[in-house]
Amino acid sequence: MFSDAIMTKDESIQKLIQAVDEADSADGLLNAVKALAAVRSPAAIPSLIQVLRYNNPGAAVAAVDGLILLGEPAVQAILDQLDSYNYGARAWAVRALAGIGDPRGIDLLISAAETDFALSVRRAAARGLGNLQWVGLSSELVRDDQERTYNTLSKVCQDPEWVVRYAGIVGLQGLGSAVPADRPAWFSQLLAQLQQMAQADAELVVRARAVLATQTLTA
Amino acid sequence: MQDYFEPAPPAPENGGESLTVEQAIANLRGDDLGLRYYAAWWLGRFRIREPAAVEALLAALEDESDRTDDGGYPLRRNAARALGKLGDQRSVPALIWCLESSDYYLREAAAQSLEMLNAAASVPVLMQMLAGGVEAAVLVPGKPHLAQPYNSVIEALGTLHATEAISLIQPFLEHPVKRVQYSAARAMYQLTGQSIYAERLVQALHGDELQLRRSALMDLGAIGYLPAAEAIAETLAENSLKLIALKGILEHQLGSNPTQPPSLSDNAIQVMTVMDSLL
Repeated sequence: MFSDAIMTKDESIQKLIQAVDEADSADGLLNAVKALAAVRSPAAIPSLIQVLRYNNPGAAVAAVDGLILLGEPAVQAILDQLDSYNYGARAWAVRALAGIGDPRGIDLLISAAETDFALSVRRAAARGLGNLQWVGLSSELVRDDQERTYNTLSKVCQDPEWVVRYAGIVGLQGLGSAVPADRPAWFSQLLAQLQQMAQADAELVVRARAVLATQTLTA
Repeated sequence: MQDYFEPAPPAPENGGESLTVEQAIANLRGDDLGLRYYAAWWLGRFRIREPAAVEALLAALEDESDRTDDGGYPLRRNAARALGKLGDQRSVPALIWCLESSDYYLREAAAQSLEMLNAAASVPVLMQMLAGGVEAAVLVPGKPHLAQPYNSVIEALGTLHATEAISLIQPFLEHPVKRVQYSAARAMYQLTGQSIYAERLVQALHGDELQLRRSALMDLGAIGYLPAAEAIAETLAENSLKLIALKGILEHQLGSNPTQPPSLSDNAIQVMTVMDSLL
């Protein structure tokens, strides 16, 4: 009985994967990806990553959502398959890693936040750096990685695009909320930078977001 | 993942990245039509507010050398667009003069720039451009555009608080072109404060055409209609555009005292929470 149930489940996932492979229209692909993502099975990971390579934003969004739902088990596969990626796929992978928040994605998120030419990728990476889940890691490693994350977000807050600076502040708030109670040396610099932006950023909405981050971190 | 609002890269063949302010102004006054056209764009793009830049652009509004086959004025159009971004009130009379040009695209650029300059003096001429009402607002034979740039004219009248134009604008809510309907709804909301008009734009977020949903997003951002925040987050369009629309809404919720950090209402915090989710 039990093995029958497993078999049926595997078969149904294989069918969903096949539907993604064989989709012959943009809508067909979108629906197939949504259906595959909905079962939240690790067996779907390679197919979902494959979809990031197609030039189909709707399907890519659905695949990213599916990978984020799967979380930690998807991270290594995303990183392993990254080198052969086209640019579009890399940008979607950044989105997925930003949503999952696994610290194994830190190097990719740092380089995307600092150097990607597309502001949408820089802003997603900045948000992702503030969303990294540090719990359960050795505190020495965490200390270095958090400081690297801080240094990157601090640079991101000087980006020429308002929305990237906004995302940098969201990232700083996330990072600031995650640091241990014995705060690292850079924490006061982080608060000073937020206060400076609240006072002097060229964009009103960026100043407002810096106020909110300061209030949240000092509450 | 092409973003709708990524800034256009400079064109290196026109000396794009290496331009200095002095060079751009010199190019704009020079003989090379390509360099002049590019310099006009560049001065606006980088917000070069120096008096010499404004004067060179004002001179370019009277250019006769750069013409299209059907009599359009490409350089004048770029100069008109740039002047809107520079915020110098001395440009207003010349831009009002451009509203009466034979070149449709120059009239459009001038109307948009007069809106940006908050130029109340342009209201009478803008109202004249709506003469004949919806019946006159038809396609020009052989052209891809209507008799006047109605979108830009109506949007400018809304931003300029031209309540005397309400009865002229209202019929355009029924214009056959949806974009024109949206402009009318946007202006009617700005001029009357009645949410029924803004709700038409919220409805438009559920339409079938991506281009029209994008357009409604920008309109809702421009009028800062707070109740639209959730609908904006959920419409099918690029997050970059949703963020720009929500930025407009948030700005309407924030007092703009340039010397103090803004104080945050619950509404403002709510809009930021929505924005955070779209990054």
